[in-house]
Amino acid sequence: MARQQDEVVFETRDLKINALRDDGTELPIVKGVDFKVRRGEVVALIGESGSGKTTISLSSLGYCKPGLKFAGGEALLLGNNVTEMSTEDLRPYRGEKVAYLAQSAAATFNPSLRINEQVTEAPILHGTKTREEANAKALELYHALELPDPENIGDRFPHQVSGGQLQRLMAAMALCGEPDLLVLDEPTTALDVTTQIEVLKAFKQVIKEEGAAAIYVTHDLSVVAQIADHIVVLYNGEVKEAGPVDTIIHSSKHPYTQRLMAAIKPLPEAGQGEETKDANAKSPALEVRGIDAGYGKGSDGEPAAMILRDVSVSIDRGKTVGIIGESGCGKSTLARVFAGLLPPVRGDIFLDGDKMNGDLGSRPRQQLQKIQFVYQMADTALNPRQRIRDILGRPLEFYLGLTGKKKEQRLKQLLDMVELPYAFAGRYPHELSGGQKQRVNLARALAAEPEVVLCDEVTSALDTIVGANVIELLKSLRAETGVSFVFISHDLSTVASFADEIVVLYAGRVAEQGLTDKVLSAPNHPYTKLLMSSVPEARVGWLEETIGTKESSAGIGGGVTMTDTGCPFFNRCPLAIPGTCDVTSPPKRMPSEKHVIECHREISELT
Amino acid sequence: MVILILKRLGIGLVTVLAVSLIIFLGTKILPGDAAQIRLGQEATEANVAAFRARLGLDKSYPEQYVYWLADFVRGDMGTSLASDVPITKLIAERYENTVVVASLTAIIGVPISLALGILAAMFPGTLYDRVLTLISVSLVAAPEFFTATLLVLLFVFALNVGNAVVVGSIEGKGIVELILHFALPITTLCFVIASQLIRMSRAAVLNVMSSPYIEMAILKGVPRKRIILRHALLNAIGPIVNVVALNLAYLVTGVIVVEVYFGYPGLATLIVQGVQTRDYILIQGLGMIFCLTYVVLMLIADIAAFVSNPRLRHPK
Ligand SMILES: Nc1ncnc2c1ncn2[C@@H]1O[C@H](COP(=O)(O)OP(=O)(O)OP(=O)(O)O)[C@@H](O)[C@H]1O
Ligand code: SF4
Ligand SMILES: [Mg+2]
Repeated sequence: MARQQDEVVFETRDLKINALRDDGTELPIVKGVDFKVRRGEVVALIGESGSGKTTISLSSLGYCKPGLKFAGGEALLLGNNVTEMSTEDLRPYRGEKVAYLAQSAAATFNPSLRINEQVTEAPILHGTKTREEANAKALELYHALELPDPENIGDRFPHQVSGGQLQRLMAAMALCGEPDLLVLDEPTTALDVTTQIEVLKAFKQVIKEEGAAAIYVTHDLSVVAQIADHIVVLYNGEVKEAGPVDTIIHSSKHPYTQRLMAAIKPLPEAGQGEETKDANAKSPALEVRGIDAGYGKGSDGEPAAMILRDVSVSIDRGKTVGIIGESGCGKSTLARVFAGLLPPVRGDIFLDGDKMNGDLGSRPRQQLQKIQFVYQMADTALNPRQRIRDILGRPLEFYLGLTGKKKEQRLKQLLDMVELPYAFAGRYPHELSGGQKQRVNLARALAAEPEVVLCDEVTSALDTIVGANVIELLKSLRAETGVSFVFISHDLSTVASFADEIVVLYAGRVAEQGLTDKVLSAPNHPYTKLLMSSVPEARVGWLEETIGTKESSAGIGGGVTMTDTGCPFFNRCPLAIPGTCDVTSPPKRMPSEKHVIECHREISELT
Repeated sequence: MVILILKRLGIGLVTVLAVSLIIFLGTKILPGDAAQIRLGQEATEANVAAFRARLGLDKSYPEQYVYWLADFVRGDMGTSLASDVPITKLIAERYENTVVVASLTAIIGVPISLALGILAAMFPGTLYDRVLTLISVSLVAAPEFFTATLLVLLFVFALNVGNAVVVGSIEGKGIVELILHFALPITTLCFVIASQLIRMSRAAVLNVMSSPYIEMAILKGVPRKRIILRHALLNAIGPIVNVVALNLAYLVTGVIVVEVYFGYPGLATLIVQGVQTRDYILIQGLGMIFCLTYVVLMLIADIAAFVSNPRLRHPK
């Protein structure tokens, strides 16, 4: 096939897609969209959720999600209008000429089939490769994507590899048939910053080497700046602005694009932390000292898998403590210890200065009331068969004994606090959007009138703009109610914009902790530095620069491993001292008051 | 996985014990005891007392329960109050009869129903799917005797094949002969289990079909047949096996209408006998046998579901 540059691989002309409503009428979702993708080019479709990004990108496969249908215009893949073809006619294109990478690899891999079978399935089925050729191609891709143990990783089942690895394996699945067009739908949104860099790097390289074209769907402009050549800005099913990546990022004209740019989280820098006024300097609202905790039952009463070691954190009244670290660091585990869901094997928990039982079951109701938990998945945390009124009403009755008129009044106040109309009380959770559900979740936690609210990744499942609104809400709630928050996230920028203090966890230990300003400025623990330098910036060329630095070449690609001796960061640390760091636990160093860094290096070496 | 299976075994054992206790206590609160029933109204006090001692009824309840359970484990379920025949022998004959019909029904009915259900899931919303759904829903509504009557009318009277009453020995017959011999009851039973099997297997496959990995397979250009057979079925095995096991358990406990209608000596008619003659030793025995059958079938279903789950088969 002649792969000349400039060849248009995919093009939409006045593409229209409608949603079918229950009453038989149609609602336009995509309202006449035009754009082109040339060979060797990456075109980014950006816009907030609901703007039609995914729907438009799927049109290149001639596919509409159930409930949608093509309503006009053309989608030309290599010159053929795929909107008019039957499923049978489309089969030779799908997986062969055009391949799709979905947002969640975990959901896209069939749990019952081995990885290699799924990766090589398309080319073998289409008869473009024999089984041997397909296996050889897959192996080559596993190497190119820098997967561990490439010879054998294909024999595993999807649940036997980590999230970041599965995401890269999905790229292998898409590339195995050597397609002309790749469609990538938010492929890094769910990943840690360090893993995201690694995956972005692999994608970029592979797209270049294979000479393919790509459509990259995302809401994150910083990511777009790293990977795209062209940007198409979408809003409400229409193109608002389109052009080369430089122009759009650095001198966009359209107000909507500017709004998207403004929603980019500021880079984590010193001087951003919200210093809230000291209300009353009494004992901290919640404090843990010297906590060891883990899962399972091993011998001699120790947990089979020890996760947290010697963790001490104190949360002052009305303050916010951010807990940050990569996936598997033990953030949620710490939250579970706070909440009493996981009793620690050593260490003490204090509420208002009074020692508290580590086990939820043996705490009195009034202690339960003071600590409330908000989960990451608003969907699963809300009972789908209860109306919002009942969901919020239960804690009002249980903790505060409110009934009748008083209860209804408080309910109204609560909905008001989280900026939802009172009419929502009669709705069921599935009648709300993701951001609204998370608000109900917050309202439920606040209904108990707690002192501390634990928020575990509350914005991770939301898109940038909705997530930013929830953060704004949290800030105003903190000011209004004087409640303390523990804010857990893998996203350093979000934590930095909101927390008074930051705790950086690595492999179950505190690497660094202190006031936000202190943690985000030198001196730094090497792990904090790695996290900070991995947050993408919205400028072209950032990815290449970052990959080149010493920190990332050492730190990226490693996974979190728990160790019994020495510093757990040893195998990823650019400053590691062999013979010391891997054998003895690092000392606590205090460059200033309340700022702790656990590292063998002197403070002067850590700037 | 071994631990999980052992756990299930444990749960099964506890279930059987709990049921045995209920059965035991249940027969104790009934008026009159075994000795009285056996000897009738005219028996003298002394006779009854002597007979009681022989049956062990003079002991305390806990003791009686332990003896009864121990006997049961040894395969001795006591002697019928109505006929002096050992219960074990009474049940064994009927159990064999019922199991023969149940297995024949399963051999024919289960594969056909599953195939029909899965086929409907392959082409949802088509004419075939809608007709099948209509039929299976109306089958649920139709009582068994109605189906049986229709079949008898059709085959025996209109077409003059098969026989309406199937007394007769099953000994020495090949499987084909057996099927012919039992054609009418088996067909009736097939209809009875088919509706649920069709609907459940269709639902299980459709549920898997709406998952993202199936959408991915479609977007990879995988043909529909392979999507169902390779991608979807593997993940639907668990729920399907469960429904099959439940239906088999239902068949083994005997389908009373069918047995009565076709004059077939199975377990269900044995219960009726037991109730009519107030032979509660027999009823105790039957209760335990039903419970055991149910627990064993469910255990098999659970193990099948575990084995079909890759997370349990290949832990990290
Ligand atoms: N129930 C459990 N049993 C055994 N190990 C567990 C259990 N839950 C979590 N772990 C392990 O504990 C470690 C810390 O997990 P945790 O959920 O606290 O991480 P996290 O920092 O919240 O990660 P993420 O960002 O992915 O949510 C991980 O290695 C994880 O595999
Ligand atoms: S203790 Fe050593 S390995 Fe650990 S962070 Fe410090 S320098 Fe790196
Ligand atoms: Mg977590």
